[in-house]
Amino acid sequence: MLRDITLGQYYQTDSVIHRLDPRVKLTSTFVFIISLFLVKNVWGYLIALCFLAGVIRLSKVPFKFMIKGMKAIVFLLLLTVVFNLFLTPGTPLIQIWKLTITKEGLRTAVMMAVRLTFLIIGSSVMTLTTTPNNLTDGLESLMKPLNKIKVPVHEIAMMMSIALRFIPILLEETDKIMKAQIARGADFESGNIIKKAKAMVPLLVPLFISAFRRANDLAMAMEARCYRGGEHRTKMKPLIYKRRDRIAYFVLLAYFAACIGIGRL
Amino acid sequence: MSLILNHVYHIYGEDTTLQTAALQDICLTINDGDFIGLIGHTGSGKSTLVQHLNGLLKASKGDILFNGQDIYDKDFSLKDLRSRVGLVFQYPEHQLFETTVFEDVCFGPKNLGLSQKEVELRAYEALKQVGLEDDFFYQSPFELSGGQKRRVAIAGVLAMKPDILVLDEPTAGLDPKGRDEILGQVKKLHDESNITVVLVSHSMEDVANYVNRIVVMNRGRILYDDVPKAVFSHYKELEEVGLAAPQVTYIMHKLLEEGFPVRTDATTIKEAADEILRVIG
Amino acid sequence: MAIIESKNLSFDYIRRDENGNVEGITRAVDDISLSIEQGDFIAILGHNGSGKSTFAKHLNAILYPTEGSIYVDGKDTRKEENIWDVRQTAGMVFQNPDNQIIGQVVEEDVGFGPENLGIPTKEIWERVEESLKAVGMYEYRKHSPNKLSGGQKQRVSIAGVIAMHPKCIVLDEPTAMLDPNGRKDVIRAARALNDVEKVTIILITHYMEEVIYADKVYVMDKGRVKLQGTPREVFSHVEELKELRLDVPQVTLLAHELQKRGLRIPDGILTMDELTAALKMGDICH
Repeated sequence: MLRDITLGQYYQTDSVIHRLDPRVKLTSTFVFIISLFLVKNVWGYLIALCFLAGVIRLSKVPFKFMIKGMKAIVFLLLLTVVFNLFLTPGTPLIQIWKLTITKEGLRTAVMMAVRLTFLIIGSSVMTLTTTPNNLTDGLESLMKPLNKIKVPVHEIAMMMSIALRFIPILLEETDKIMKAQIARGADFESGNIIKKAKAMVPLLVPLFISAFRRANDLAMAMEARCYRGGEHRTKMKPLIYKRRDRIAYFVLLAYFAACIGIGRL
Repeated sequence: MSLILNHVYHIYGEDTTLQTAALQDICLTINDGDFIGLIGHTGSGKSTLVQHLNGLLKASKGDILFNGQDIYDKDFSLKDLRSRVGLVFQYPEHQLFETTVFEDVCFGPKNLGLSQKEVELRAYEALKQVGLEDDFFYQSPFELSGGQKRRVAIAGVLAMKPDILVLDEPTAGLDPKGRDEILGQVKKLHDESNITVVLVSHSMEDVANYVNRIVVMNRGRILYDDVPKAVFSHYKELEEVGLAAPQVTYIMHKLLEEGFPVRTDATTIKEAADEILRVIG
Repeated sequence: MAIIESKNLSFDYIRRDENGNVEGITRAVDDISLSIEQGDFIAILGHNGSGKSTFAKHLNAILYPTEGSIYVDGKDTRKEENIWDVRQTAGMVFQNPDNQIIGQVVEEDVGFGPENLGIPTKEIWERVEESLKAVGMYEYRKHSPNKLSGGQKQRVSIAGVIAMHPKCIVLDEPTAMLDPNGRKDVIRAARALNDVEKVTIILITHYMEEVIYADKVYVMDKGRVKLQGTPREVFSHVEELKELRLDVPQVTLLAHELQKRGLRIPDGILTMDELTAALKMGDICH
């Protein structure tokens, strides 16, 4: 059922990782991704693997949920592997017909595959352990300095969180309208691209109208509840660094140092 | 013309751990000329059931036969079925998209590949059937009132000339006036155009005056399938599953308890008044 | 003092073409004067287009009167500086449960109003807890609103308003999109607030059975107040209500029908008990 989709697929459970400040998790994910592209040798990847495995273990999220995020990029992953495998020049290893696998190719292919897998799993740890709302709060807080150069940080965060709230509703609505039009004989599947594009009109027009109506209603409801932008606003869940967050930053720093120190030898 | 559901099951999320059976062992025969009220509270499976009637959802188990033909057969045209079993969704006005009322109603018959003349003829007829005045035909559907929009949407399905018309909560969100108008139109359609009607609702009171058969659903199963009077006699069981018989039923039972020797099977105000007068008058 | 005081309030919807020229004017609310006392349970009835929702939007300074005036807790809604006070005093719950919940977690949504008011964090939590408990949704505080039923969502919306500590709550057709069970729960929550917290409730609806507990009922048609009084007074005008195409509870209808056929039954029967009591009285036949 479409309503069950929560964007970024938050996995509800109680763990240290879940309780970490979203700013810590955002920064860590960012640092982790950078580290993946900095390390050059097996040791570096091993450190990354240990770090990732440790975090997953602490997060109490079953491993199969992590893998779920991988499904979508299996194709991309294969493509990268194949390209790297066959198109990297170097010492030939095996020759199949006109394709040559080189030693260097094999190396890069494996490295790319590992990098991408780590990257996806690493970022899904963040989305699985942080509610979208928490995530927007974290982003808002991290981007606050941008306020000085007139970037409407609060408004952007508010828009993001509203979008996140309405995506499942609009998805469900899409499904409903689609079914209603199919019941009227609409055909969304057959025909060439132009015909298919045309067939979308009976879906898109009602969907946009509905989105506008909802936006209008929501704006009214927000005003009725005294919403007037980010000023004078207090927070129900303000972000405050706790001891565990400071420890986490320290661990992150240690990890990064190890990656640079050992992984780039 | 008949539509038969034979031990139909529908299970959501079959390959996951979150399996839920939305329909369980549904056996239902919809006969020519029936006017059925399909009643159940939210989540009872009634909306899932109606989406099986025109093949929008596929049963996990069981067969559905339309005029004796299995609708899941490879050579059975579901598109054809959808024109014969017209399904009007909840809040159908949300599906309107054309620039004029008339063009919107044309959408269905056009999809059937009919000639332009036939398409327009059908659209005109359908709009007349739902009682919309000619003045509105070339207006934008978005400028109409809620009740009018809904009638246009129903006309959009009627224009496909279905044998069976299925309406999923056609009165949701309307005021009593709009509700009575829509139900009155549907009743007229059934009586005059001889269309088989399945009316989905969560209100017994709304349908009691119109239908000649009530199917009650609870937790994906059919609980009762009978004439209204017989179904309402189970008013205590209905309450247990979160439904209620029309208030009249309660009044008559109350009177009986209080020592008036009334019969309790009245379902409308008029019947109840007749019965009370018979006893005390 | 009256919490709501409207004096000759009228409101025009002005339709404009693309160039901003006035195309037509519709008078949605026409010369309404009424006064609502603190702590009352008020119901406003009327079919769609009767002007009841337009009127309701004046109570929360979403719309301003074209003519006349409206005072919420003594404050003129037309004055810019009063807007936020007015909106805090008169909270509003709307029809569509999906389109008024802002938070992605129940408790965060309830906290939205207090956050806007600049309430300190600790107090927000207290308010959220008490509001959710008041509507019986506390155990759902960590849930996503998307997974709640319509009735539950509306109760969350009510909690969101209560958390702002209003003196008055306006419910604009809160049950129109709900099933009978959801409807009952929402009305029960509203009545409890009125009984226990003494919050003024203004319930806008077209379901008659929801208004029989009200202290006072206003029936609107074409922007005007057509009938007003206690539920019993209003429901004794069965024929007029029918003319306005409003639903009358079946028991009232039945009593009226019996009355028409010559039984001596008092006007404005609202419950089954009243009907049986009336029938039990001897000497009802003519």
